[in-house]
Amino acid sequence: MLKQYPTARYILHRGGWYFLTFLVAVTINFFLPRLGASNPVDIIMGKAGSGLDTEAAREKEESYLKEFGLVQVDATGTILRGPDGKPLKSSNVSQFFNYVKMCFQGDFGTSFQKYPKKVTTIIAEAVPWTLALQLPTIMFGWIVGNVLGALAAYRRGVFDRVFFPLALLLSAVPFFAFGMLLVYVCAIKNGWLPAMGGYAGDLVPGFNFDFFKSAGYHYILPFFSIFLILAGGQAIGMRSMGIYELGTDYIKYAKWLGIKENKILLYLFRNAMLPQLTGLALSLGGMIGGALITEMIFSYPGLGMAILSAIQGQDYPMIQGCTLLVTISVLIANFTVDILIGFLDPRVKAGQMGGN
Amino acid sequence: MTKLLKNLLKSPSFIIGMGLFLLTIGGALLLPFFYHVNLGLQASSYASPNGKFLLGCDHLGRDMVSMLIEGLRSSLYVGLLTGVIATTLGTALGIYGGFKGGWMDDFVNLVTNLFLVIPSFVVLILISSSLSKGRSLTLIGLIIGLTTWTWSARAVRAQAASLKSRDHIALARINGANTFRVLTLHILPYLASYVFMIFILQVASGILSEAAISMIGLGPLDTVSLGTILNDAKNQGGFGDGMWWAFMPATVIITVLVFALYIINTSMEGVFNPRLRK
Repeated sequence: MLKQYPTARYILHRGGWYFLTFLVAVTINFFLPRLGASNPVDIIMGKAGSGLDTEAAREKEESYLKEFGLVQVDATGTILRGPDGKPLKSSNVSQFFNYVKMCFQGDFGTSFQKYPKKVTTIIAEAVPWTLALQLPTIMFGWIVGNVLGALAAYRRGVFDRVFFPLALLLSAVPFFAFGMLLVYVCAIKNGWLPAMGGYAGDLVPGFNFDFFKSAGYHYILPFFSIFLILAGGQAIGMRSMGIYELGTDYIKYAKWLGIKENKILLYLFRNAMLPQLTGLALSLGGMIGGALITEMIFSYPGLGMAILSAIQGQDYPMIQGCTLLVTISVLIANFTVDILIGFLDPRVKAGQMGGN
Repeated sequence: MTKLLKNLLKSPSFIIGMGLFLLTIGGALLLPFFYHVNLGLQASSYASPNGKFLLGCDHLGRDMVSMLIEGLRSSLYVGLLTGVIATTLGTALGIYGGFKGGWMDDFVNLVTNLFLVIPSFVVLILISSSLSKGRSLTLIGLIIGLTTWTWSARAVRAQAASLKSRDHIALARINGANTFRVLTLHILPYLASYVFMIFILQVASGILSEAAISMIGLGPLDTVSLGTILNDAKNQGGFGDGMWWAFMPATVIITVLVFALYIINTSMEGVFNPRLRK
């Protein structure tokens, strides 16, 4: 099938694989929180079973029980109760299918903390911030890091001797440590830039100049705290890749032919870039995780903060919603990189790569 | 092997990295004998550094130097625990899968491929948040180790597969060596340096993962770790109010630890891969 379109076949193959991974991620997302002693089901059931609350509170608990399919209901939607008046728990399997159904409908349930707000609504407010911060930083970090790394490999000498240890140090600094350091030096100590939040507290998000100015101002520190570390790590990888490529015959031949340096550098970059793209695909999960923690350091109004406040408030629907969304984003990002590889790698075009 | 070791000892970055790492281990083991570690409440909240408390106190008035020593010990413990678990599990499964193939290999491949894209950070959050009681340092180490072994399995598998068709393996086979013997005596020694590099990286990632998960408030409940110090500094206002002693020393220690491990790894790569040498 699709023998004459190797790129399309490759993309379909990868797509199928990612769909399988998505299903596994949904399953993990459902079962892992149920492993521990204080799992979400018992917490909701405990609250609902106490029965001492007011009518409104009881209604709230019951709506949770029904929403997540935790209890057995009859055809009219009333909760079935045992002889002691406690709701009858439904089986794990039926809970799971209810959960999968909700996921596919894009419904993550209702938040505990911010009742009656839906988890999806809260996430939808946070996602633009995270996207605006992480997409450009990861892309620029990758590009700048790789260009500098290739240069360091090609030029060696003084540039490399200064650059390499610096990049090595940067790539070893944990995201959160660097973020804290930047906040301390640039914001708290010297007051050059704002320390917290995504915009000034007295502004309302909207399409006006003041808001964008403030948001841009608040963007600088989180951007650099992710960007520099990312670029450092990428540069290290590209440098050793580039040194490896420099020893290959085609570069020696190109040099012997007297081709211009810039052109050779371009060849080198193109060939060393593919493994770097694969490397990017493999490390995206870690990067996004690290960047989420950076968001928490800066109290940036994105997903990181949403996860943090959900954890602090033991808001399980919110935690599960966020983790699933993060996983899905990592999957999408990976898939995008895979498609890029499909178009850039001549081996895929030649139909030599099955996809694994 | 001795020649490689000699080459390693000639590499300055290896000496620096190993020196730093051994220094932190020595500090974690020996400092409690020289310094009276006291985690009790001794002074006012966020007391600044003075003659008695060299690095001040935290929000509860606990001596920061004691906290840092305890935190360093926790971090190293978690790092080594996850390193040993992840490397052992990953090496065993990777080497067996790469050499033998079969359903076991397919299974390990499937799991590693899945967990390469499902972020371990997410898995850690999901498990840790469900364990709001009895979340100990050892348990966290176990969880991190059990979620990160896939990476080492993948790396070792590729190497083991490339050794499969070597002549000496066939000779060992002809001499009647069973799979276990071939794997441990004829393949593992070739991968020893590689496995050690993986171990180093796994220790680093264990330390980082613990710090990250503790920072967001899902850390160990039974002890102090560098991550919980940072979490306190962030949540109790020490960070926002610019009390540098509340978070700076902890971040510096984590960074030094990870940096030392990373340069050990890069220098070993440089020695083992002659192309990088110059």
